[in-house]
Amino acid sequence: MSLINIKINGKELQVEEGTTILQAAKKVGIEIPTLCYMNLHDLNIEHNPGGCRICVVEVEGRRNLAPSCVTKVWEGMSVKTHTMRVLNARRTVMELILSDHPFECLTCAKNGNCDLQKLAQDLGVREIHYQGEQSTYKEDKSPAIIRDMDKCIMCRRCETMCNDVQTCGVLSGINRGFTAVVAPAFEQDLIKSPCTFCGQCVAVCPTGALTERDYTNRVIRALADPTKTVIVQTAPAVRVALGEEFGLPAGTIVTGKMVAALRRLGFDKVYDTDFAADLTIMEEGTEFLDRLSRYLNGDKNVKLPILTSCCPGWVNFFEYNFPDMRDIPSTAKSPQQMFGAIAKTYLAEKLGVKRENLVVVSVMPCLAKKYEAEREEFRVDGNPDVDFSISTRELAHLIKQTIGDIKDLPDEDFDKLMGESTGAGVIFGNTGGVIEAACRTAYEIYTGKTLEKVEFHQLRGFESVRSAVVDFDGLKLNIGIAHGLGNARKLLECIRNGECEFHAIEIMACPGGCIGGGGQPLHHGNTEILKARAAAIYKEDEGKALRKSHENPEIIKLYEEFLGKPSSEKAHHLLHTKYFDKKKRIYIEK
Amino acid sequence: MSSIHIKLKDKDCQTIKEICESFNNDPGELINILHKAQEHFGYLPAEVQETIAQNLNISVAKVYGVVTFYSFFSMTPKGKHPISVCTGTACYVRGAEKVLEELKKELKISVGETTPDGKFSLSCLRCVGACGLAPVVMIGDKTYGRVAPEDVKKIIEEYNS
Ligand code: SF4
Ligand code: SF4
Ligand code: FES
Repeated sequence: MSLINIKINGKELQVEEGTTILQAAKKVGIEIPTLCYMNLHDLNIEHNPGGCRICVVEVEGRRNLAPSCVTKVWEGMSVKTHTMRVLNARRTVMELILSDHPFECLTCAKNGNCDLQKLAQDLGVREIHYQGEQSTYKEDKSPAIIRDMDKCIMCRRCETMCNDVQTCGVLSGINRGFTAVVAPAFEQDLIKSPCTFCGQCVAVCPTGALTERDYTNRVIRALADPTKTVIVQTAPAVRVALGEEFGLPAGTIVTGKMVAALRRLGFDKVYDTDFAADLTIMEEGTEFLDRLSRYLNGDKNVKLPILTSCCPGWVNFFEYNFPDMRDIPSTAKSPQQMFGAIAKTYLAEKLGVKRENLVVVSVMPCLAKKYEAEREEFRVDGNPDVDFSISTRELAHLIKQTIGDIKDLPDEDFDKLMGESTGAGVIFGNTGGVIEAACRTAYEIYTGKTLEKVEFHQLRGFESVRSAVVDFDGLKLNIGIAHGLGNARKLLECIRNGECEFHAIEIMACPGGCIGGGGQPLHHGNTEILKARAAAIYKEDEGKALRKSHENPEIIKLYEEFLGKPSSEKAHHLLHTKYFDKKKRIYIEK
Repeated sequence: MSSIHIKLKDKDCQTIKEICESFNNDPGELINILHKAQEHFGYLPAEVQETIAQNLNISVAKVYGVVTFYSFFSMTPKGKHPISVCTGTACYVRGAEKVLEELKKELKISVGETTPDGKFSLSCLRCVGACGLAPVVMIGDKTYGRVAPEDVKKIIEEYNS
């Protein structure tokens, strides 16, 4: 590729042909503000509609200002990024955007964490010189996501995430002119659309237009109720991201402080979803080995590959889009729901609390878990196994509202009975982690040998669709991994067409896995943050004394005292589920 | 956009399939496909849009996005007596807006809608070339000139008897 000479603010530099002004400026450390533009390059996600015009710059010899995110450099180009003319234009653009934006900052869920607010601040907007009509749309409140389109600035990032990255096809730009907005087909509510509640649209929305359904008030109410025993479980990806909300660098591990904070919030017991992840491996791993050995023995009724089923966004996705293949995912419930089911039976008995007086709260990096917790099949006589699922962000809000900060808290340990976990449970948070955890256990059970090295490096990485071979003592297993639902779709289509042969496949709905979940602290388009979280997860794994799920003493005890053995009748009843054909749901109600 | 719900017959699905096939099921031809479908059905109910989406293997949201982008497409069937109010300059200046308001009040629908009994639908037109008669209202093929808001009730009654 040929190099091109350009000048930015008088600085001379050489960049590759095809580079945009924005990218070139970044190379020499010049920040140009952007709003609609989004680039998650490590995940191959780019969105530059060139619509908002916040990023304009002056180009010598050009009459109009140029949007830097879409304008490519040319030989001899001279750019000025911060002239008076540029600043005025940016401020005008911002005022125009704000002229149709509700001034609800003080009560907005994104207050303090909003790209639009920050930009208005940076641009020094003090007055809006334009007055116009204000949009009014009806609020769409699903169990997981709230759409408040009055706050939409039509950057259309969500559309890119939903259509190009996740291939869910829920959101589309509709209408035009003043009434233009992003919405599901026929402006129906999300709950009636094929929305998987992956939350990736929420993760990239620069304003408060898309936010999570906040359950913190209900959690506070439960905590204040003396008749309730309130317990909490925390997912693996939360501990490597929560710190960001309190100003700690991405990748800081705050497990002990998080536990301490939850105790101070008044939870009666603080447990670990990692425990349930280990349990998932026991059930899913057993199911896999059973299917594998029957398959190897020539049983024509058994299907491979087995697909992981611990990601509820992914479960929604195949129920809507591939219902004909719903017999190949594992029937194992997600760790969140396994935890709930065991908590409201085994644990309730141990604690001497009645089911209806036990409130199970989960802290998840995920918005789909909110929807999952509300599923009919995860209730007993109307009482849910998991009462409320809150996101990492909501936990941070809850802490800020009450105890303030986590930084000065001591490191504390999870409570006994459902708080012990192994490194295998921890790595569930990363793409490739569930299948690695499964391999650690399945290998030892299948071969009867002890793994010398527990890491399966071939399963790690950020590549969107990966395949690797794992050697089970001479038996070569083909493993597939996909993160992001668009990548999952590719793998599923390949299986459906009989074009690829895998024994097992791990799928995560969110890019990067749970560490990049829709409920995590916002990464504002910085993929370095995701990488730091991923590294922290592996570090946490390395620091664990036990790293294989089947060695978790509390899991061993649970089977001994309560479940019998993996895949027993009781285990099936409590820890497995079935999937539904929900394709019809996307059709408008008759 | 408000819409009504219908149940597509197999025959209708077949027609949609054929329309899509005549454009090689190419999503790039969506606008032309929607045109043809509207020609056939008279409007584009949700079910027709969904079936088109299925045939082209694209999301319903995308199809709906296009339908709502172009004012030419409609999701409600035209009434038995489609009413069009000219809002061209001459008519506008001479009070078309007030006539339109009166029609909306009388029929209890807004522009682009059809009365529940399917009798009347309401739309706006750009100049019909009868500026001498402004303001002009058309019902079906019939043209009414120099319409005043007070006339609206009487005109509607003609069709209600
Ligand atoms: S949650 Fe996921 S599937 Fe639902 S609208 Fe957002 S991106 Fe699309
Ligand atoms: S909802 Fe948010 S992400 Fe989507 S277009 Fe509006 S502002 Fe952008
Ligand atoms: S950021 Fe460049 S046009 Fe929006």
